[in-house]
Amino acid sequence: MRLLTRSKILSLNDVSRRTAIGLMGAGLLAGPTLALTSSTARNQVERIVAEVNQVISDGSSDAAKIAKFERIFVRYADTAFMAQYALGNDRRRASQSQIRAFTSAFQTYVARKYGRRFREFIGGRLEVKDSRQVKSVFEVRTLAYLRGQSPFNVTFQLSDRTGKPLFVNMFIEGVNLLLTERSEIGSLLDRRGGDLDRLTRDLPSL
Amino acid sequence: MILVGFRKVGIISAITAVLLLGACASPPGATGDIYDPLEPRNRKVHEFNRKVDRSLLRPVSQGYGRAVPRPIREIISNFASNLDQPRLVVNDLLQGRIEDAGHNTFRFLMNGLFGLGGLLDPATDMGLEKRDTDFGETLHVWGSGEGRYLELPFRGPSTERDAAGNAVDFVLNPLRYVGSSEFQLAGGVASAGSTVSDRFQFSDTIDSILYESADSYTQARLLYLQNRRFQLGVETSEDEAFDPFEDFEFE
Repeated sequence: MRLLTRSKILSLNDVSRRTAIGLMGAGLLAGPTLALTSSTARNQVERIVAEVNQVISDGSSDAAKIAKFERIFVRYADTAFMAQYALGNDRRRASQSQIRAFTSAFQTYVARKYGRRFREFIGGRLEVKDSRQVKSVFEVRTLAYLRGQSPFNVTFQLSDRTGKPLFVNMFIEGVNLLLTERSEIGSLLDRRGGDLDRLTRDLPSL
Repeated sequence: MILVGFRKVGIISAITAVLLLGACASPPGATGDIYDPLEPRNRKVHEFNRKVDRSLLRPVSQGYGRAVPRPIREIISNFASNLDQPRLVVNDLLQGRIEDAGHNTFRFLMNGLFGLGGLLDPATDMGLEKRDTDFGETLHVWGSGEGRYLELPFRGPSTERDAAGNAVDFVLNPLRYVGSSEFQLAGGVASAGSTVSDRFQFSDTIDSILYESADSYTQARLLYLQNRRFQLGVETSEDEAFDPFEDFEFE
């Protein structure tokens, strides 16, 4: 990236053959890396959607499906981050072991809460529109076509902070999953007098 | 005639009231902010709305959804939607969105002429999808902020701007002033049918917000404001894009 900027400045001052080659080299260096990451994000979303669709139509029981959704979620999402984000400022007064236990409970909670509504997605499809980098995350914008509904916008956010392109957030018609869950987890915690251990115990069966 | 005259005065006074209100409505601060100084009152209205839903709208919609087959429900909703189309065109024009006005006019004519007077929706199949709008959006385009958050009896989440918009939308549709009283009644019944049908179709989503969340008031408020700002394109610039890792520290 830095090389590219320098070459650009050089080429403005002195359009020599050497800078042209430098620019091409920088383009080769910068170009594929960006395209790769952006298309990796896209491929990753397509892979997740394909796996979810397979579970939806595999004929297993509802309980088995939800267990499979949880495995997909754990494998393809940065659940440690998502759980901490949902916990909000309350994570600051939690111990490491409390956070680990909460993360595990949060995984089951998310898989159950969203997984039990899988029937709405039968016969539906997602059409990827584009993918781009937004600040530190990659965004994959899609249109969802569900039976008997006008198509609506679904955007996935992925991050490679762990070295792998993992799912971190999504928006459905502008509704932000992380913010919505932070608000919900906050209310659940308030109802339990701020007792995180109690919330962690209750969360998997909510 | 007298009635029409009265209605005109009604429109003008409603629009004046809205403009005054719009001018007072303060713009939302940073994106994602919630301005809800009327929360205690709003919460009471929310409890009332939940009771209305639980005892009336939800059971009626379940009955309607089971009794009326899907194609018939769609015909009723199409009819209501098409009668509503001129209101969208008026708002498109007020917003200066000429292309949308043309799109929605063409849709109205297509469905009216080739869709049995709006009972069917051939326009969508031809790529003329519904492009919804309302007077709240018109106020937004004219520079009004959303104002305070409001929960309206029977209608649910709103803001000062959108509530004022609803009031104007109520009188803005030119079709309100033409045709027989039977036609007006049919339109009203279809519109009610459409609302009940939507409550049935999105039953799982609405139930999960109203009855399964820990605090349905804050969830409904958050969902409404995020979705509304998205529809209006309030948060579109790169700087304002949401990055969950911004200002986030791991423990």
